[in-house]
Amino acid sequence: MSKAVLALWHREIVRFLRDRPRLTGSLLQPVVFWLLFSGALHGSFKPGGMDYGEYFFVGTLAMITLFTAIFSTITVIEDRKEGFLQGVLVSPVPRSAIALGKILGGASLGLGLAVVFLALAPLAGVTLSFDRVVLGLGVLALLAVAVTGLGFALAWVMDSTAGYHGIMMLFLMPMLLLSGAFFPMESAHPVLAWVRFVNPMTYGVGALRHALQGEVAGVPSFAVCLAGTALFAVATFALGTFVVGRRRARDAA
Amino acid sequence: MSDAAAVVARGVGFAYGERLALRDVGFEVARGKAHGFLGPNGSGKSTLFKLLSTIVPMQQGQVTVLGHDLARDAAAIRRRLGVVFQSPAVDRKLTVRENLRYAGMLLGLGGRDLAARSDAMLAAAGLADRQRDRVEELSGGLRRRVEIAKCLLGRPDLVLLDEASTGLDPAARRDMWAVLKGQPGLTVLFTTHLMDEAAEADQLVLLDQGAIVAAGRPAELMRSVGGQVLELEAADPGALATELRQAFAVEGTVVEGVLRIEGERVHELVPRIMERCGDRVQRLQLAHPSLQDVFLKRTGKRFVATEPEPAPRKGRRRRA
Repeated sequence: MSKAVLALWHREIVRFLRDRPRLTGSLLQPVVFWLLFSGALHGSFKPGGMDYGEYFFVGTLAMITLFTAIFSTITVIEDRKEGFLQGVLVSPVPRSAIALGKILGGASLGLGLAVVFLALAPLAGVTLSFDRVVLGLGVLALLAVAVTGLGFALAWVMDSTAGYHGIMMLFLMPMLLLSGAFFPMESAHPVLAWVRFVNPMTYGVGALRHALQGEVAGVPSFAVCLAGTALFAVATFALGTFVVGRRRARDAA
Repeated sequence: MSDAAAVVARGVGFAYGERLALRDVGFEVARGKAHGFLGPNGSGKSTLFKLLSTIVPMQQGQVTVLGHDLARDAAAIRRRLGVVFQSPAVDRKLTVRENLRYAGMLLGLGGRDLAARSDAMLAAAGLADRQRDRVEELSGGLRRRVEIAKCLLGRPDLVLLDEASTGLDPAARRDMWAVLKGQPGLTVLFTTHLMDEAAEADQLVLLDQGAIVAAGRPAELMRSVGGQVLELEAADPGALATELRQAFAVEGTVVEGVLRIEGERVHELVPRIMERCGDRVQRLQLAHPSLQDVFLKRTGKRFVATEPEPAPRKGRRRRA
């Protein structure tokens, strides 16, 4: 079982590093987004009195984990189409190992890319201590597993990458937008302010803010955020293991 | 026989929603033999393959694979199974060696054992000098050999091949079979729609519309039809058929531009036909009945490719 998980995890990493356009895009997209948003809103938007570049720095980290999760789990659909998945399904590997390998692979990529971006903190004017970085990495790892588990469960039940993109725009992007990653949500319209509390990303982003920026206004307490993120990770991981355990005629392309 | 059989199937039925794909299919596969399933598209052979490879759950009937019940003990079967799918199951972005390494790890192999086993399989498949190449750089025939090497990596007792030779030229197909037959004691169960490949099987099952229409050794099946088959190629086979009917009272049928005349002593017609209309006959072939003729006799229709098997539709999906 452990060798199977290792194999699937390692394959994710190797394929990512070998795909130059994907690698380049994954490394530069967060930087470009951060530069554009913080540059454009620099003079006009100071959430909680904070410079927007600093505010969005944490949001960008959350965005990295989500986008990486999306692009790594979309390969489930490609694996199915290309036939690789069939080979895995007829091997003696427990189905849960397939979920574990794929989710840990995607989550590792997300965490790795977040670390690269985190290294740019001084350039973004964000001061980080060693303790905060350690805490932040812990939260990022948890969040990365959570969103990759979610992406994996979605991708497993989807037939097409186009369909997955549809779900991404309709469901995953709003999750990110309403999480407080891009803008604060505490004074949003009452409906959205309520939605924010059932949005698991809120807790992930909140936990990241606590870890990297200390006590911040407008988000639930660190304990609540951390518990919410952990619950998010456990739930999506369980969901991923559940969907992969079902045997269906569709699995044979 | 049953004790020694690698696969025993009884009364197997399978439906995609309301469409029956397999009806009361039963057969035995002896250990160490190559057992073929021949049928046109939509005959149910791919569905049978999906069942045997444990990818889709059993619906009806009973199947024992290597002594394990397919419905209850799929995990035990998977450990002793090698599978080659119609669509390639190798990762094109990885090298040949990497594909084998990951496949071996999925089987629980590792370290020196895996390396040695990979070396042996790469050598057997003639891929040793291509092991560092990415699979996407290989030809179709070589890719198929990677599949075969991957499928034999875990020393399976039973190998399932689903139309594995589709898209391969005859030389590549021979290569593939040479590697498989080089494995002592290996049972091979394969589906095909190629007559000459099916003729190589130790035992053969002919499928049509989800049911078995004939089973036995290919040579016996062909002998069961009896007689001879004369094939004539001409610029206008229809006109030639009419002329032969009028001149010799011979009934022929035109199939895909070839005039076919079947009968017990058809060879006696050859000199007469050549004397009368030799100038119009481009090619003439006298042969014993082929599997094609077996299929025709048992089903009353030609073995022609019809529409492919429909994919199971959404909303009608059956769960395990």
